[in-house]
Amino acid sequence: MNDWLTTILIVLPVAGALLVAIAPLTTYWLGSLAALISLVEVGFWITSVGRFDFGTKGLQFEQHASWFSDLHVSWHVGQYAFSLWFVGMTVVVMAACTIYGWWAGRDRARAYFALMLLLTGAIVGVFTAQDLLLFYAFFEAMLIPLYVLIGVWGGSQRMRATITFVVYTVVGSLLMLAAIIVFGLQEGTFDMTKMTPSTNDWLFLGFLVAFAIKSPLFPLHGWLPITYRESPAEVSAVLSGVVGKAGLYGLLRIVIPLFPQPVHDWRVVILVLGSVSLIYGSLLAFRAPDFRGVVMYSSLAQAGLIVLGLFANNSLGFDGAVLQIVNHALVSASLFLLAGMVERRTSTGEFALLGGMARGRPALATTIMTVGVISLAVPLSTTFAGEFLILAGAFQQGWAWAVVGAVAMVLAAMYMLRAISGVLHQDVGPAVPDAATDLRLGELAIVVPLVLCLVGLSAWPNLISGHTNTNSQELVAR
Amino acid sequence: MISKPHVDWFALAPSLSLLAATGLLLFAAVFVPRTSRKPVSALVAFAGFVASGIFAAYLMDRSPVPMAIVRDSMYRDRWGAFAQVLLAGSGAIAVLVAYSERLRDEYVAEYYALLTAAGAGMAFFVSAANLMTLFLGLEWFSIALYVLTAIDIDLIGSLEAGLKYLVVGAVGSATLLFGSALVYGITGELSFDKIAAAGHAHDAMLVVGLAMIIAGLMFKSSAAPFHMWTPDAYQGAPTPVTAFMSSATKIAALVVTYRVLVTAFPHDESLWRWAIAVIACISLAWGNIAALVQRNVKRILAYSSISHAGFMLIAIAAASRLGERALLYYLVPYAAMSLGAFAVVAARERELRAPVTLQNLAGFGWERPFLAVSMWVFMLGMLGFPLTGGFIGKFYVFAAAYDSGFWWLIIAGVVATMISAYYYLGIVRAMYFRDAAELQLAPAGGSPPRDLLLTTAVLAALVVTVGSFFAVQPLIDVARSAANALPL
Repeated sequence: MNDWLTTILIVLPVAGALLVAIAPLTTYWLGSLAALISLVEVGFWITSVGRFDFGTKGLQFEQHASWFSDLHVSWHVGQYAFSLWFVGMTVVVMAACTIYGWWAGRDRARAYFALMLLLTGAIVGVFTAQDLLLFYAFFEAMLIPLYVLIGVWGGSQRMRATITFVVYTVVGSLLMLAAIIVFGLQEGTFDMTKMTPSTNDWLFLGFLVAFAIKSPLFPLHGWLPITYRESPAEVSAVLSGVVGKAGLYGLLRIVIPLFPQPVHDWRVVILVLGSVSLIYGSLLAFRAPDFRGVVMYSSLAQAGLIVLGLFANNSLGFDGAVLQIVNHALVSASLFLLAGMVERRTSTGEFALLGGMARGRPALATTIMTVGVISLAVPLSTTFAGEFLILAGAFQQGWAWAVVGAVAMVLAAMYMLRAISGVLHQDVGPAVPDAATDLRLGELAIVVPLVLCLVGLSAWPNLISGHTNTNSQELVAR
Repeated sequence: MISKPHVDWFALAPSLSLLAATGLLLFAAVFVPRTSRKPVSALVAFAGFVASGIFAAYLMDRSPVPMAIVRDSMYRDRWGAFAQVLLAGSGAIAVLVAYSERLRDEYVAEYYALLTAAGAGMAFFVSAANLMTLFLGLEWFSIALYVLTAIDIDLIGSLEAGLKYLVVGAVGSATLLFGSALVYGITGELSFDKIAAAGHAHDAMLVVGLAMIIAGLMFKSSAAPFHMWTPDAYQGAPTPVTAFMSSATKIAALVVTYRVLVTAFPHDESLWRWAIAVIACISLAWGNIAALVQRNVKRILAYSSISHAGFMLIAIAAASRLGERALLYYLVPYAAMSLGAFAVVAARERELRAPVTLQNLAGFGWERPFLAVSMWVFMLGMLGFPLTGGFIGKFYVFAAAYDSGFWWLIIAGVVATMISAYYYLGIVRAMYFRDAAELQLAPAGGSPPRDLLLTTAVLAALVVTVGSFFAVQPLIDVARSAANALPL
């Protein structure tokens, strides 16, 4: 009941952020300190996987302490089996992105690394909080570092990007706050594990809109293009890799178990929105003029696909969705980081100006090719396993949903292959200097671990899909 | 032969210690040589506020049972003492902020004397138990504040601001007085308890009197539509005075408003709850929308203080035990954030020697990391983001509103918060996001002036803002025991 491990996973990066903010070190050593802290965080996560008992149901590494008693709010954190994978992808992707920032030599290093670590703590908090108000606090806390990370280190349109991003997010999360207050006071507790399911459509919509904005889902994805294009590459990787997943996690952990009746009533609407996101996102990705555009619209499409799995109302779709969430976190983080590396060499991501980068750059070509091929769900890859499970689950809900998903898989192959050939093949683009180097050792050290995770999962996707089902079924069945 | 009432001197100590400091400061203005007048005055004022705070805390401990003292003209209870502790804290921080202000030697002692006099008046005001002491306290601190607003004759706009404040404030006081007269006329009673006991609920004259008393008090808490003095007075006054006004005046006015309403007018609860709810909505709308178009940071913060009055009025409209706790809790981080934000503005103002606008905040974030990070925290707190007490404050206020059936006030509050994100984050944007070319460095060149006392004040405000997020339970426990002093 009182295990410190989850609390450590949340507090360690936050404490690290404070340490980085005040440590009297030079830029280089601040970066190494931050990298070290993010790797220690990964170490703690590996410890938690080792200690996790997959045989028993329910929360583990649970810690509970009253925060303020008159409204029954508490510090209640813990992990279900699927939370473990959410936390895992967070710490791995955040470590890669922090190290990328170190390698890229971001200026104003003290603020930069402190914010990256703060963000890590907040995201881990979102995935482990078991009290609604605590969840909300972490959910909002994510926005604070992101706002500054985009606003200070972003591209030339960053002012507009931050405003768009903040307006969308704040509107969504405040609707959720109103829903949380009403829900919690009705229930007499804010503890998610003790709340009884609600039938109120308005509360349901409050949560749904907040999570749909974050994920993002059509038609609430308006913040996506400018935010992902103007952010620094590694922040885009974090946004699409893990921050968006907080929205999907919210659907999985809060909306589905706590609002079974509204979910049932609105299922078709949600599935339609998921399908539209999937097809529309894929088409936009196919039309996108730049590398980042392809990756960012593909994450809209993937969010739609994952929603199909989550709302398929069976454990096949559910396990597939969890697996696909982790897959996509790793894929999109790798692709955004690779896009950043390409942009560093050519100062552009436009396909019109790129091309032919494979020649003489085997490491770059191999990594982009590997990640790209995994992302288009080629058979034997982990994304294939995830998408297959989702489609199988969606098929049980109705064959039409599975058809939509299958069409989208074809589209995914089209846009991803177009992106790969646009960067690597064809004639050498005007923006590609002959002097542009292959991936350096430092860059490989960032991307290759992510790729190895993907390859490992491809070999054994059951590591995730086979180690969530007991609890996810339990949550859905409630 | 006039029979003298028994006076509970201890209960009056928070007010009296500040009054003593005022007296000492007026002597200092004459007898202390010019060279040491400023440090001596600041020290005396600081000591006065600290003594007042200690007395108030002690009083709070020793007054578990509320009672009326000095012929039922004052209360000795935890509700008042809680407010007095907050007032003393705000005053002490304001003294720290004020110390490095450029002030002429000829009035520096008077400046602090007026500050302590205002503090004494507020400490008196929050424990008032009848309409006479209520009005006396209100005028006492208001007059001190009118002069303080206009005191810096070198500051452009200060005199104008003082005059505006005086005229509008006088209207407010007159309204309060007229309302009191009507209430006295119909009930024949002055003390709050006896007004309630006298009945006459829903009598037209009593209701008109109640409305005018509410209006008079709303002038002081700068709730819309009684706020028209606020932006000008906040902008024109010397910034430390603004810091003190924005926190202390609001504490005093709101705490007293709630006390008067529940103690003297419990039978008209359904009426005043709606009136307060409507005023809260107007304040939220007006404060936030008007803040969007401001460029001057002090004006932005002034409008934001109007919207915060709206949030706290939601807690008053709830008129429940939860609402009382929400009000008292909200005041703690609010006072800290407000003082801290104005302190940061004061620091920037001193290094630029110009009014602070969004434009000339550029680069502040990288030049003065501690102050800017603090400002960032204060802005997030006012916006109601986690890791600050502002978040819990809003949460409590909304919870109280829902609990009392005012669910539509939650919608109003949520929409207001959405709008406010634009200008609060706009300040953060102004500090951090500009290009280096746009940085406006201190014109004097070299490193910015060191100001240890101001930094201490900001640090104290920061500790309270963030600390109140973590220490919710102890604060709520204190607020609960303070709220138990009131009938409900």
